[in-house]
Amino acid sequence: MFKIVRREEMAEGTVILNEIEAPLIAKKAKPGQFVILKANETGERIPLTMADTDLQKGTITVIYMVVGKSTAIFKSLKVGDGYMDIIGPLGKPTHLEKVGNVVCVGGGTGVAVLHPITRALKEVGNHVTCIIGARNKGLLILEDQMKAASHELIVCTDDGSYGRKGFVTEALKDVLERSDIQLAVAIGPVPMMKFVSKLTKEYNVKTIVSLNPIMVDGTGMCGGCRVSVGGQTKFACVEGPEFDGHQVDYDELMQRLQAYAEQEKQCYADHQCRMNPV
Amino acid sequence: MAQPEGKKEKIARQPMPEQAPEVRRRNFDEVPLGLSPEAAQQEAKRCLQCKKPSCMDGCPVSVDIPGFIKFICEGEFTQATRRIWERNALPAVCGRVCPQESQCEGVCILGKKDQPVAIGNLERFAADYERKHGKGELPPKAKPTGKKVAVVGSGPSGLTVAGDLILKGHEVTIFEAFHRPGGVLVYGIPEFRLPKEIVFQEVNFLERLGVKLECNAVVGRTVSLDELFEEGYDAIYLGVGAGLPSFLNIPGENLTGICSANEYLTRSNLMKAYRFPEYDTPIIKGKNVITLGAGNVAMDSARTALRLGAEVSRIVYRRSRQEVPARAAEVHHAEQEGVEFHFLTAPTRFIGDEKGRVIGMEGLKMELGEPDDSGRRRPIPIKGSEFVLDCDLVIIAVGAGANPLLTQSTEGLQLNKRGYIIADPETGKTSKKGVWAGGDIVTGSATVILAMGAGRKAADSIHKYLTWGW
Repeated sequence: MFKIVRREEMAEGTVILNEIEAPLIAKKAKPGQFVILKANETGERIPLTMADTDLQKGTITVIYMVVGKSTAIFKSLKVGDGYMDIIGPLGKPTHLEKVGNVVCVGGGTGVAVLHPITRALKEVGNHVTCIIGARNKGLLILEDQMKAASHELIVCTDDGSYGRKGFVTEALKDVLERSDIQLAVAIGPVPMMKFVSKLTKEYNVKTIVSLNPIMVDGTGMCGGCRVSVGGQTKFACVEGPEFDGHQVDYDELMQRLQAYAEQEKQCYADHQCRMNPV
Repeated sequence: MAQPEGKKEKIARQPMPEQAPEVRRRNFDEVPLGLSPEAAQQEAKRCLQCKKPSCMDGCPVSVDIPGFIKFICEGEFTQATRRIWERNALPAVCGRVCPQESQCEGVCILGKKDQPVAIGNLERFAADYERKHGKGELPPKAKPTGKKVAVVGSGPSGLTVAGDLILKGHEVTIFEAFHRPGGVLVYGIPEFRLPKEIVFQEVNFLERLGVKLECNAVVGRTVSLDELFEEGYDAIYLGVGAGLPSFLNIPGENLTGICSANEYLTRSNLMKAYRFPEYDTPIIKGKNVITLGAGNVAMDSARTALRLGAEVSRIVYRRSRQEVPARAAEVHHAEQEGVEFHFLTAPTRFIGDEKGRVIGMEGLKMELGEPDDSGRRRPIPIKGSEFVLDCDLVIIAVGAGANPLLTQSTEGLQLNKRGYIIADPETGKTSKKGVWAGGDIVTGSATVILAMGAGRKAADSIHKYLTWGW
């Protein structure tokens, strides 16, 4: 069992942080890599990109939004409880290079994934501007951490309840206008990554995105995570999860993410019924 | 009971009782129900106890077939299993999934004039009897050698190596990437052909012998081969399987509702999606299902689809019935259950609806030309023969290649053009000192028993190395 040693609730309880004892994974994990977790005997295997690792404590940290039965079960786990199965580190680590000026854009729980990458890009000597966004103030996460991980942080909320009013793409446009940017990294909901990439393409800025397709094994043996990049099919679990943002077929990814939507909804509704019987 | 003197009474091959097709096509219980002890003894009496048993030559692990059959004749069922264990650690598995018709039974001397001895059914009987009624005695182990062996992969190949080497006194640890052991026995072969409880009990047998099992260990990611050597392992066996699903690379292949057989079967068998929502992993329950390919994996997929509620389950294969690679028994079971076979047909593209879900497959009729480099006649498209088949689930079962996760992250391991590990066919030695390999990662997708045969050879070679050096 992989024990939870720390647990936090964020964004009004919709986003959960779990710091988990997994020394072998912590030893090897690099920014950008993910793990596959399974809570119990009947549970699904789901991927979560690591938000942090602590070599000394031998722990990994995942931050996830509750969107269905599996993440709801994860949320119910307390400190001292554990995940039955975790494998990792999976996927190719982020390519880290000093290129000059970098802008990192994160939306929703994508910010959690963006955090170790932003920090690493800063550590190798890039000048890092970070833009994070959420629907409203209550749903923002990791603001302090992202500030520490970058040289400049711009916070956006759709409703203007905090920071700059508007989408991250609007803040990004300003940054692209005023600075000469060598690299953009965008991690968040698929439409966000799609529109960020569309924008950076106009400015000819190389863009990396981290994709989140459905996965089962995570080791390249099933092809469930396949995505189209530059017209070619790639397995996100072994060739990704990061890809050239200008080459990804986002519409196909959004469709493929709906493959089991009906069963997922049914499962989640039944689970909530059981948890809150009337 | 000894064999009677004089002329043997002619006993017909004992039929294997099976679930009726119209019943079993909707459940996941085993299709063959197993011989009764009486039927097993009757069948055992048919064996001629040949002085030069060709059946043993036909067996990739050289089980003492006449030997174990004689014990069954005599009612000594536990002894029969012990005799099998001398050469085969997984008789409950092999008795169910080996292609006996092209191995032991295919060369059975009785089979020349009559039906061959039902060796597979007898092996299964002995193993099942032992599991249900045996006292759980373990075979003896040699004195500890102080040597440590790491086995990567807990499929049939790795399990065989582990079983052989633990009995020779070595310390053995199996590293498995999945959360459950068994490899293809657990994710690939469905419950109705090989109950998972049996696989876990076979693995448990090895654990009781002292084999250590570490699941959730992805060698090549969590730990590398060089690190295993640094940790003190003296030898490593790679039995990681083929594990890279082949796709057709035709338009529309990424529509939802199209998946590899690996994904479909892993969801159903390993993640138990056939019991959804009791188990959380979902699976597409197509009503109109097409499976592309005609190997054993395709049969498993098409039959699983029926059990998951398909009204129509079709096999679409680009060659003819003669070239079908699946076992005749599996094709027969599939046909009985209502799987439709469309031969000389190949897909050209998939058609989707406005939500990106597959609704049809466009295909072309084929005719067969000269053999290609696999030795099978090459399918040639017939111009103008396009047609569309409606479908809401397509399972692609056209083979699997070498998964590069381990092979590409390991220095010094020579691979062939297609990414399989190059290993000596007699010893399993690779180009990397102290590393052996066998099974599908060397040969490409093949069978459980061939993987076991390779494991047997490698175990012998590893033992020699640990005793006398490279």
